[in-house]
Parts: sequence; structure tokens; C-alpha cells
Amino acid sequence: MLTIDQATYDAIIAHAKRDHPDECCGIVAGAEGSDRPERHVEMVNAAGSPTFYEFDSTELLELYKQMWDRDEEPVVIYHSHTATEAYPSRTDIALASEPGAHYVLVSTREHGNNEGPVEFRSYRIVDGEVTEEEVTVVPTLA
Amino acid sequence: MSIEVRIPTILRTYTGGEKAVSGEGGSLSALIDDLEAKHPGLKDRLVEEKNGADDLRRFVNIYINDEDVRFMGGLEAPLSDGDQVVVLPAVAGGAR
Repeated sequence: MLTIDQATYDAIIAHAKRDHPDECCGIVAGAEGSDRPERHVEMVNAAGSPTFYEFDSTELLELYKQMWDRDEEPVVIYHSHTATEAYPSRTDIALASEPGAHYVLVSTREHGNNEGPVEFRSYRIVDGEVTEEEVTVVPTLA
Repeated sequence: MSIEVRIPTILRTYTGGEKAVSGEGGSLSALIDDLEAKHPGLKDRLVEEKNGADDLRRFVNIYINDEDVRFMGGLEAPLSDGDQVVVLPAVAGGAR
């Protein structure tokens, strides 16, 4: 199960709406082993595409060095799908490389840049196996 | 001669769980061969054959002293004692 605070949840959705029709991407870091998504980091989609995302390689290194310095890990890795459902694609599954992370997918296909509900779903992706999990949004992390 | 190589979580199965290993070599390609000798299986996760020659896998990033090796000659990138190497899988995907 993914437990995430309302402010971070809202910020991920706002990011997805803002970047629509391109895919957005980012992470929420947390202390290693804590499973607490605490520090939201929006990343630039270096692919700038409605059907693909990739963290810029230099920014990716900066991000990981920052996390290593703080003893953090990526607790959530998120991106949006802008014309399809919030379910991992074959590409998502093939490229998933953080077995400990919650992979969050947001779909903006219904309302695009506008107000309105979005699909927000979370998965574990380990060795090519996708397992959907429940998302619990709390006012603040306990 | 020793070069420290930071290994990402997903590849630590090859290094007995170690976050960093050391290796040697005057180029990235020589370093990867040295690592392969100590940690069999690792090379295949970093390198693939393209048009009959070894090349870095598209979705693996390798950095030497914080610079992406793609801007330094790829597998031919030169290395010297004390260099810091980081391996990070790309964070990528999408609906396509």
C-alpha cells in the first residue's frame, strides 16, 4: 500500500495537469527504508513527449547524489499518461529499475489541463511483474 | 590503481549487495571487463552488441567524475586512478 500526504498527492496531479499533453515525471524521496514519501522533486521530461518520459541524465545524477547525501531513496517514482489509462505500459515495465519504489501513474486523458478528477494509481514493478496496490491519502504523514 | 564504482540497487545482485565496488582499467571498456571478471553477469547489464561492436545500453547511464560518458567517448572514455564512476539506470518509460 502507498500512503501519501494530501499536499504531495495534489502537487503530483497539478504537475501532470500543467505538463499535459506531454508526460510529466518526478519522484518523492524519503529516508532509506522508511517507505515515507516526504520530499517531492519535479523532474524535467527530457523527452518532452506525449508518449515518453526520461529524466535528463545530468539531473538524474544530481538527484541521486542529493539522495545519497541525505540517506534517502526514491519512495515514489511517478509519471503521467496523457491519452491512455494510468496503468504501466510495456515500456514502463521493461524500464522499471527501482524494485523498492512505488510506481505512481496519473492519467490526464479525461480533463487535460483543466480542473476535474484524474486517475492516480500505484504499482510495484519487480522483475517485469506488475502488482497494483491501494493508495491511501492522509492529511499528513503520521 | 583503483577506481570506485557506485552500483545501483537493481544491479547489486551481481555484487553481493555491495553499493560500491572497485575495479581497474585505463578506459571504461577495460574497467567493465575487469568488473565482469569479479562480478560475472554485470557486463551484460551495461553493454550490448550493436552492429557487431559493444556499445553502452541505451537506458543505462554511466558517469565518470559526474560527467555522462556519452559526452566522453562512451566505452572508450579514458579513466585514471582515483576516478569515481557511477552507474544509474535511466528513469524512463511512457505510454508509447
